[in-house]
Amino acid sequence: MKLVENAAGRQVPDEINGKEAVPFMGVGKYRPTGRKYAPPIPTCIDYPEDNNKVVGSLKEALVRCGLKDGMTVSTHHHLRDGDLVSNQIFTIASEMGVKDLVWLPSASFPCNDPVIQYLEDGTVNRIEGSMNGPLGMFVSEGKMKGMAVLRSHGGRVQAIQDGDVKIDIAILAAPAADSFGNARGTGGPSATGVIGYAKPDYLYADKVIVVTDNLVDLPCFPMEIEGNYVDYVVVVDKIGIPEKIVSGTTQITKSPDRLLIAELTTSFLEKSGLLRNGATMQAGAGGTSLAIAVYVHQLLKKKGWKLSFGFGGSTRYMVDMLEEGQMGYILDAQAFDLDSVKSIEKNLNHIPYPVFNAYNYHSKGNLTTMMDIMILGATEIDTGFNGNVVTHSDGLLLHGIGGWQNCLHARNVIIPVPLFRDRIPVIVDRVTTLCGPGELIDVIVTERGIAINPRRQDLIDSVRGKGLPLVTIEELKEIAEKMCGKPEKAAFDDRVVAAIKWVDGTVIDAVRKVKR
Amino acid sequence: MKQAITGNAGPKVRSDIEVTLEITATGGIELNLKSKVKTMYGRAIEEQCRSLLNYFGIENARLSVNDSGALPFVIAARIEAAVKALTGTEKCFMPEMAAENLYSSSRDRFRFSRLYLPGNSPGMFLNAGLHSPDGVILDLEDSVAPERKDEARILVRNALRVVNFYGAERMVRINQGERGLDDLEMLIPHNVQLVLIPKCENAETVHTIDERIRKIKKREGQNEMVFLMPIIESAAGVERAMEIATAAESVVALAIGLEDYTADLGVQRTKEGRESLYARNRLVVAAKAAGIQPIDSVFSDVGDMEGLLQNVLSAKAMGFEGMGCIHPRQIAVIREGFSPSLEETEKAKKIVIAYRDALEKGLGVVALGTKMIDPPVVARAEKTITLALRLGLLPENWMDVEKSKN
Repeated sequence: MKLVENAAGRQVPDEINGKEAVPFMGVGKYRPTGRKYAPPIPTCIDYPEDNNKVVGSLKEALVRCGLKDGMTVSTHHHLRDGDLVSNQIFTIASEMGVKDLVWLPSASFPCNDPVIQYLEDGTVNRIEGSMNGPLGMFVSEGKMKGMAVLRSHGGRVQAIQDGDVKIDIAILAAPAADSFGNARGTGGPSATGVIGYAKPDYLYADKVIVVTDNLVDLPCFPMEIEGNYVDYVVVVDKIGIPEKIVSGTTQITKSPDRLLIAELTTSFLEKSGLLRNGATMQAGAGGTSLAIAVYVHQLLKKKGWKLSFGFGGSTRYMVDMLEEGQMGYILDAQAFDLDSVKSIEKNLNHIPYPVFNAYNYHSKGNLTTMMDIMILGATEIDTGFNGNVVTHSDGLLLHGIGGWQNCLHARNVIIPVPLFRDRIPVIVDRVTTLCGPGELIDVIVTERGIAINPRRQDLIDSVRGKGLPLVTIEELKEIAEKMCGKPEKAAFDDRVVAAIKWVDGTVIDAVRKVKR
Repeated sequence: MKQAITGNAGPKVRSDIEVTLEITATGGIELNLKSKVKTMYGRAIEEQCRSLLNYFGIENARLSVNDSGALPFVIAARIEAAVKALTGTEKCFMPEMAAENLYSSSRDRFRFSRLYLPGNSPGMFLNAGLHSPDGVILDLEDSVAPERKDEARILVRNALRVVNFYGAERMVRINQGERGLDDLEMLIPHNVQLVLIPKCENAETVHTIDERIRKIKKREGQNEMVFLMPIIESAAGVERAMEIATAAESVVALAIGLEDYTADLGVQRTKEGRESLYARNRLVVAAKAAGIQPIDSVFSDVGDMEGLLQNVLSAKAMGFEGMGCIHPRQIAVIREGFSPSLEETEKAKKIVIAYRDALEKGLGVVALGTKMIDPPVVARAEKTITLALRLGLLPENWMDVEKSKN
């Protein structure tokens, strides 16, 4: 393996875990060739005539799937921090003496921290997926055997579809399933609302196991997972801890400073004309984003306007817009709170919509380019408008990419952030890790001013002279440094511990082991 | 060995630092640094600590700092306070006065909202001005624990020099008695624009403070007048409201503090406020008679914005021209409440135009439709228009705009 400079000027490995890797070539520059990956052709000969695929235990299912050294196992993250399934896979594998597994989750949560012991004992070679908290720390300290690969939600779909990763066994937890393997996200004690991330897994994996705590009569409908892609169904007592799956209620921030940023953002949306009757919008579930959703809702009501649709992760604030007539539809890949789960169950205009359709860059168009207004976060933004979401300024890998990279393709990307957190400036001269190129990031809203990307002269013109505190990104950086002092850069070893993939599967940056 | 501990640490503390200092006989400076931002600022913090100890002439010491992302002006204040606690030195380390903090205030500026900032909580200072209060109060009195008074004063001094309050009037609430006068000594030179006098009960207190401020200003070669806002918080204070309001030329406003006032009466403070009606009326009348601004007490339920608005509207109806706030989210509500409403402005516009028309036509009687308008009604309408103009709710040429409509 050697390091090469990619089109963004970052040193990236030309080989990842023994496989050749393509360095980032620029936005929209890399063209895939060949055909999509296809799993082996199955036959009904191998499946029971009564189509009852229920087996006795997860271990039995894994054994029947032929779990062995070096395999790639995938999971989805909709049980979030209440996931009782994923860790079990590795406990079983460890007991069986299986080594060097690759875990491909769509995201991990603090409840997955026990996987660290299986990384240490050799059961798991590496994680390819979003890593948070202690897992990220473990990787940053160079303790993981293989190289981590971080992909966006859409990048994960792309990698599976293109055969960059081949899933041997997909283990998909489902809040409701029937004995044939049809499954959905609603109903039962562990309802997640949708299972919006599992589609590539069941379409492309060699073997598929559905795990449920709510076996229902045939047919389990509406079926988000289709039974004729499923090998085994496992029934357990509990797949998740309900209160940790969805929060009872998502809360808007109480911080007056964050609320101020939310107000400024909303004011920008109004004065720029981006918010209009029929616009499309996506905002996340962070406290500031929720506050923006509330302010936008008030503004829509005042103007008598309606958004044509919003894309989830849904929250009760979006559900309020839907129910009160300020949003036509919610397209939803994940539900963040109980109100959203209930809304999916009862409201036909609240539509489960997998990230498979929404985010995959190697498809015939996707949803993100249809969004007029995209509200995102970041740990760092640099003066070239480049963004970082995976590491902190101290170099530690502490967040996943989520859908962030995919969402950058929206028409107007707006990032509300505080100018500094504690003493640490968010606006810096060069992001520690490059996750998104500056040409796709349009507006940074901070409590001390709004910086618009000079590439977006149209946006600058649209708000000039309208009383908004417009500044340049350089000015923001200077204000932050004047208040906080110029931060020193984190020191790294040479060893690459994680590769950051762009939405097209090329390598946009690499994370190195932190120096202690 | 004597030890001084200043500042704050803990899981909820942000933008502050806890400093533990022990002066030793030998061994040089032994520095133990713990910081949330060590990777980015560890070296800068260490250098700052060492150079400060050097500045204060300390050669041998054990210094432990537990940092939660404190900005340099906070670190400097915490170390100075620790050194002062151990050595009693008069020496001060002044961070540079930021150019943007040298703006001035004026007697008749709006004082609708003034935001209280507990004087020993630096995290709350940084963004206070961004919420556009008319004033910020760096409070050394009730929001600071007795044993923290000394360090808070140093912190507030540094904040006055470094923190940008974005045009808000720079106010300080000093302590009562001798300590309050010491507060003035340390803070007045740093462009304090208004001093709040807590629990003021007589003109004598106002005189003492006013004279001390003049002396300090003269000594420093500074000319701007420092305004005073006595806070009346007792029955005795209410009885002498007029005396206090007219005690000095620098008194620009009279505020009421209802928590202490109701405690003094021995009654509960209620939302309806019947128990304080007399005091508030009396204070408004005294302030108006003295030509200064009457300012109402804070509304303490920070979650109840509707209740706050009702409270502001009733205060406005009684004649108050401002109110304290204890949370930034209260500022916009208070401002909205004290601003003339659309209906008020529209009505005032009609009255003023009718009055001008009558003057032009040489009519002795002003009428709007079939209704006669008395001179005081015109005077009130003109006040409303002036307020609306100053708040930018009306364009300067509103009358032309209005006439062109007809």
